Amino acid sequence: MFRHISTNVKGRPSTRVGAPEALSRSRRRQFTIRRGLAILAFLLPAAIFVGVFTYYPMIAGSQMAFRNWNLNNLTDTSWVGFGNFRKIFADPNFYVILWNSVVWVVASIVPQFILGFAIALWLRRNFRFRGVYQALIFFPWAISGFLIGILFRWMFNGEFGVINDLLAKTGISETPIPWLADPTTAMVAVVVANIWYGVTFFAIMILAALQSVPEDVYEAAALDGSGKVRTLFAITIPYISTTLGLTVLLRVIWIFNFPDIIWAMTGGGPANQTHIITTWMITITQRGDYGQASALGLIVVALLLIFSAFYLMAIRQKKEVTS
Amino acid sequence: MINRETMPARLVRILFLGLWLVITIFPLYWIVITSFKAPGAIFSFPLTYWPTEFSFINYTTLFEKSRFATYVVNSLLVSTLAATIATLISMLAAYVLARFEFRSKTAVLMAFLVTQMIPAFIALGPLYLLMVQLKLVDNRFGLVLVYIALCIPFCTVMLRGFFANIPDALEEAAMIDGCSRLSALFRVIVPVMKPGIVAAFIFNFVNCWNELFLSVTLMNKDENKTIPTALNGFISSFTIDWGSMSAAAVLTILPTMILFAFASRYIVQGLTAGAVKG
Repeated sequence: MFRHISTNVKGRPSTRVGAPEALSRSRRRQFTIRRGLAILAFLLPAAIFVGVFTYYPMIAGSQMAFRNWNLNNLTDTSWVGFGNFRKIFADPNFYVILWNSVVWVVASIVPQFILGFAIALWLRRNFRFRGVYQALIFFPWAISGFLIGILFRWMFNGEFGVINDLLAKTGISETPIPWLADPTTAMVAVVVANIWYGVTFFAIMILAALQSVPEDVYEAAALDGSGKVRTLFAITIPYISTTLGLTVLLRVIWIFNFPDIIWAMTGGGPANQTHIITTWMITITQRGDYGQASALGLIVVALLLIFSAFYLMAIRQKKEVTS
Repeated sequence: MINRETMPARLVRILFLGLWLVITIFPLYWIVITSFKAPGAIFSFPLTYWPTEFSFINYTTLFEKSRFATYVVNSLLVSTLAATIATLISMLAAYVLARFEFRSKTAVLMAFLVTQMIPAFIALGPLYLLMVQLKLVDNRFGLVLVYIALCIPFCTVMLRGFFANIPDALEEAAMIDGCSRLSALFRVIVPVMKPGIVAAFIFNFVNCWNELFLSVTLMNKDENKTIPTALNGFISSFTIDWGSMSAAAVLTILPTMILFAFASRYIVQGLTAGAVKG
């Protein structure tokens, strides 16, 4: 923590106390009502849009979870308590889909993290075309998850897909694999697409964090005779652990709520075997059963909240142990 | 540690980074190549990694057989309008959140961040019903309104980071010279942080250009569809025409890639602003 303070000394002095500062302070105190109105006026447009088109539907959606609400039968929208939830928990599909969601998140995020970390470490050293390189590996971000799904759906095509062709050419698998027609390989295919998409995000976040580690810490470590691996685990990783922890958490939440790739590649098929909770929710919404879709949404929120709480507790505890 | 690198380590690094570059570029290369193959060449063995002849037939079929030009116009109109308005509104909010201290500030920021956490799909059904009541279903301007709301939270957080980098002495000087706060914002601050604002606009534009599930829910008539909605229709049919599909994909990706190339540095800055503070 105190390292930050020492790095600040180099920057512009934080004491900007002068006549204008004092003047503006007193002016700010004088017109508090006017100041409050200004704040309100500047925030109001944003608040109206987000309130009407984001918060209102979310809250309305939450109460639908406790009602019988089906577009095909709007005459009966009675309150059913936890009826929708009971229906979900009684459906054996739900447990398959829940398991799929966990597989989807874990199998995607672990390779993304490892590859992203490696790329970030290797990108730390400057080389001639580093800027160009970064821009090139950054480009998947310009593409929507949906289109990435389409790209990979075509590459994983069982008959004319380039992946089967490459596997045959390298001698790994001579017989073409019907990737998206088989539940297991379909899951592998969507996860591969997601890994490809997400590595850059980790690489860039981790690189930014790495660059925040002051050089003199490394110099001190080198003077003390610390080797490369030891420096990585004893200095680099602990120094950026907060950033790493939060990046992973945000990513878990985000990937859990990310149906686009699966939607484009398999639509949840074959036989519902690659559905995750969010693709399932969209399917149910399209059927018109808003009640059940909302109940699923609340289950997602609850699961993510519980996970985040435990996760944050775990990383905090670990920090206390190490410090 | 950064200064020493052995020869094998250097080789491993170059090899790995090179391999990753190939892996990153390949899917894009493949869709471009596919789009230039004649339909017969797409579905024949052996697969060609460089077409024997370049054909534009997939592109012409795309425009002849579907109303792709209409989809492009819709996407352009909706994305440009929504991104412009969202950037302006976010600028105001971000300015206040960066410059003023007030009691409910954390609450406002949290309210923006929460929208990024909750699955948006919980709002899909009620949003549709709301738009039915407002008579804005199947209306491109209705979609613009929804997209503005979609863009504001992240855009505000991103712009707030850029505002924080600009010393507030700048607009205080302008205000002492008689500018109102609003005109100080637009005359003094905006010119200074133009790159950040352009990046925010591009980020919003690309998000709207790529958005799928809201537009699928709200746009039903063919003449109102945006590109992703139309593509979603293409893939739900039983046989996908991969020739025109790849042409459509290339035309969709191209504009966003060009825009991102301009703004990627600032977008990265905006995204990592929180991380660097460690």
